[in-house]
Amino acid sequence: MTGMFRKLYFFLIGLFLALPMIVVAGVSVNEKQTLAFPPKGFSLSWYGEIFLNPEWRNALFASVTLAVLSAALAVAIALPLSWFLWRRVAPWANIFQLIGVAPFTLPPVITALGLLTFWATTGFYGQPWTAVISHAIFFVTLPLVTLSLGFTAIDRSLVEAAATMGADDRTIFRTVVLPLILPYIVSGYAFAFVLSLNEYIVAYMTVGFVMETLPIKIFNALRYGYTPTMASVTILFVATAAVIFSLVARFGDLPKLLGAMASDDK
Amino acid sequence: MSGLALTNVTKEFGSFTAVNNVGLNVPHGTFVCMLGPSGCGKTTLLRMIAGLDLPTSGSIRLDGEDITHVPTHKRNLGMVFQSLALFPHLTVGENIAYPLRIRSAPKEEQKKRVDELLSMIHLSGYADRPVSKLSGGQRQRVAIARALSISPKLFLLDEPLSALDAKLREAMQVELRQLQQKLGITTIVVTHDQREAMTMADTVVVMQGGEIRQAASPMEIYRKPADSFVADFIGQTNLLEAELDSTGRALVLGQPVEGIAFKAGMTKATLSVRPEDVHLTAPGARALAGTVTFVRDLGGTIETFVDVAGRQIIAVSTPRARPDVSVGQSVGVVLSPDVCVVLAR
Amino acid sequence: MRREAPQKIGDYAPLFFPATMLIVFFVVPFATMIAVSFFQRQQGGFYVPAFVLSNYERFLSLFFANVLGFSLMLAVVVAICCVVLALPFTYLLTRMKRKVQIVWLVALLSVLSLSEVIIGFAWSTLFSRTAGITNLLVMAGIMSEAKALLPSFGAVLTGMVYQAFPYTVLVLYPALVRLDPTLTEAARTLGASPVKAFFTVVVPALRNTIVATLIMVFIFALGSYLLPQLLGRPQHWTLSVLITDQAIYQSNMPFAAAMAVFLVLVTLGLVALTVMAGRKGEAA
Repeated sequence: MTGMFRKLYFFLIGLFLALPMIVVAGVSVNEKQTLAFPPKGFSLSWYGEIFLNPEWRNALFASVTLAVLSAALAVAIALPLSWFLWRRVAPWANIFQLIGVAPFTLPPVITALGLLTFWATTGFYGQPWTAVISHAIFFVTLPLVTLSLGFTAIDRSLVEAAATMGADDRTIFRTVVLPLILPYIVSGYAFAFVLSLNEYIVAYMTVGFVMETLPIKIFNALRYGYTPTMASVTILFVATAAVIFSLVARFGDLPKLLGAMASDDK
Repeated sequence: MSGLALTNVTKEFGSFTAVNNVGLNVPHGTFVCMLGPSGCGKTTLLRMIAGLDLPTSGSIRLDGEDITHVPTHKRNLGMVFQSLALFPHLTVGENIAYPLRIRSAPKEEQKKRVDELLSMIHLSGYADRPVSKLSGGQRQRVAIARALSISPKLFLLDEPLSALDAKLREAMQVELRQLQQKLGITTIVVTHDQREAMTMADTVVVMQGGEIRQAASPMEIYRKPADSFVADFIGQTNLLEAELDSTGRALVLGQPVEGIAFKAGMTKATLSVRPEDVHLTAPGARALAGTVTFVRDLGGTIETFVDVAGRQIIAVSTPRARPDVSVGQSVGVVLSPDVCVVLAR
Repeated sequence: MRREAPQKIGDYAPLFFPATMLIVFFVVPFATMIAVSFFQRQQGGFYVPAFVLSNYERFLSLFFANVLGFSLMLAVVVAICCVVLALPFTYLLTRMKRKVQIVWLVALLSVLSLSEVIIGFAWSTLFSRTAGITNLLVMAGIMSEAKALLPSFGAVLTGMVYQAFPYTVLVLYPALVRLDPTLTEAARTLGASPVKAFFTVVVPALRNTIVATLIMVFIFALGSYLLPQLLGRPQHWTLSVLITDQAIYQSNMPFAAAMAVFLVLVTLGLVALTVMAGRKGEAA
């Protein structure tokens, strides 16, 4: 009885989460350029459109480039910071941890607007690289949280053991700490990558007038009417996210990663 | 039948059999300790009695009623968890009153019962304290009182004293046994501590590999172990290989010993001899020949390690009966037949 | 390893790059935004440094009172819906097998990472007349004719709950995973049915977590900038939508900045109030 009830509850939640994607997937295989569900006819041409139509292809290229670079920069900011906080007793330096978590916790419009006014004031507004820095700052929270968690999981006596064997700080970092923290670097990068790929408002406010990332392209297309390519891009995005998070789960400990992630947010 | 009866209880987790075809009768009012190494299935068995796990097959009956599939909350039992599981958001009094509140007992009755139980566990006046402010021993008592607040038919405890330090644990063992005798409640305790089991139990159930190896009184378990696992697990013992030679004479470690009675049809056996039953004399025909390798003087007892044909035999004696031996000396080891338990090998 | 205070200036080296990046590209922009909120707007989308309060004075109108009231109300409703839906879900999820948990977590993360553009597009499709859910109901014979379910308040609320639900689950998850499972087992041995155990033990033991989650989901929902625009009517626009609108389409940066500063203050103020109320409730 209670088992039945639980199954129904989970089924309904699953349906709620999946339904929009099911409908969008259906729409994406329409044969003609119509918004219809159930789909009329079957065609995968709208998936080809992402790569064949130069506008969509450019947007895809811009999005992937932005995500690759900004996630790398986010990790580059988070790694030395979290290592320093783990290695040293410097309570005042925790303020940087707080600043790192803030952009993700505040309403995104605020970070976006702050960056917009900043780039406009400094005169760099519209340069593609400003989007990379903006995204890196906006998503630095994710690697910062996974890395802080990763460092707390490292047994400090390992570092002591390495020191007794003659390794200096630098060697210890390279030979002991880095291999142990690597899974957390990878998952922090993966989280930042996927979220950057999907991000709209910060990208729009910083470079929206000069270039189009995929979310910006979808939004612009949405304002001028409808094309099934939006649907196929959406499905591509969901599939990419699912694949990347599955890989993180496959090679890392996803429950553990999330167990501390949100608790650090509090 | 009044009491608890387990019949052919089996629990499988995937391909792993945690509890294998267990049968056990626990008469009403008995104190049972389930004892065994970790992973032997004792906790799983207790959880099945509580209804927290369902057996894969077999049945559990309480006072003649089949409760195998009765949900936990309808079994009217009391259970103390290893973690104690005191509710952190409730006070001492509210924790103890919880089973009564769940059953919508009147407020005055709840209060009366809480006061009764608090005085029973010597914590009168603690009702309004948060549980986080109690010491380990006090939390232990509160967990016990909470489990007893509805006067359950069955009182289950899972490693209840493992979090306490040694001294407090021994005191609590005595207290728990006295409480159980006063209330006359059927009690089952899971423990890996054999002193705890020997102190409290009417019946000790020794488990290993998901099976019951022996269920008997503490004395019987100690004096007449059913097999070499039980003999070795309970207390200290010497396990020695023995066999019958072609003439029907018993050989222990290859040397003849008289009076050892093999069961019919047995040609090979393991002898279990408690160290306090081993006596050392001068080398001679009626004793196994050996060499002293080490003497450990613990003050209250003296352990002498003797090498006999490559095997180590330990003899324990009191300071008054201290054997006059030193390391390297040849000695005779006397095994009198009445203290040797012959076990299948 | 001995954790020690930095001894010499070189020990601070690892801090240099992250600290510079965070200060230059987060703290300075934040301050810039605050400064701009006091600037004077000029025709054509430009602004000049000044110190005027006119951008803030514009709030003192019934229109903005309404927008603010609606934004807060919407965020509260979303937070309550999400926590009510997610609390039992997350609790049951944490009691499932690891493998099952991981599948759900991957699904939740995938939905969480979707941009508002995509969520808005997906739900506007689902609620549309030609490709919407009503077509399924027509096929099933429950409805006679397909119709559009948007723009409407219901559509905005559904979209925002969809967006915030995975976030809610992931915020609740660690506390529920760490909740001692023997607490509910103990409640059951003491006579509570599973449902009763959930309400008498799990919910009260997690009271602080639940309050914290409500606040976090509330802030999350306040940040939604597109869904009210895509799924609702102009009267469903929230402060976040207005900020975006002013900054981008009306090119009124000083006013957008003033609203953003105001949003930060409202957010922080409400959080502080709730935390204080929570403290008082605990002391009593």
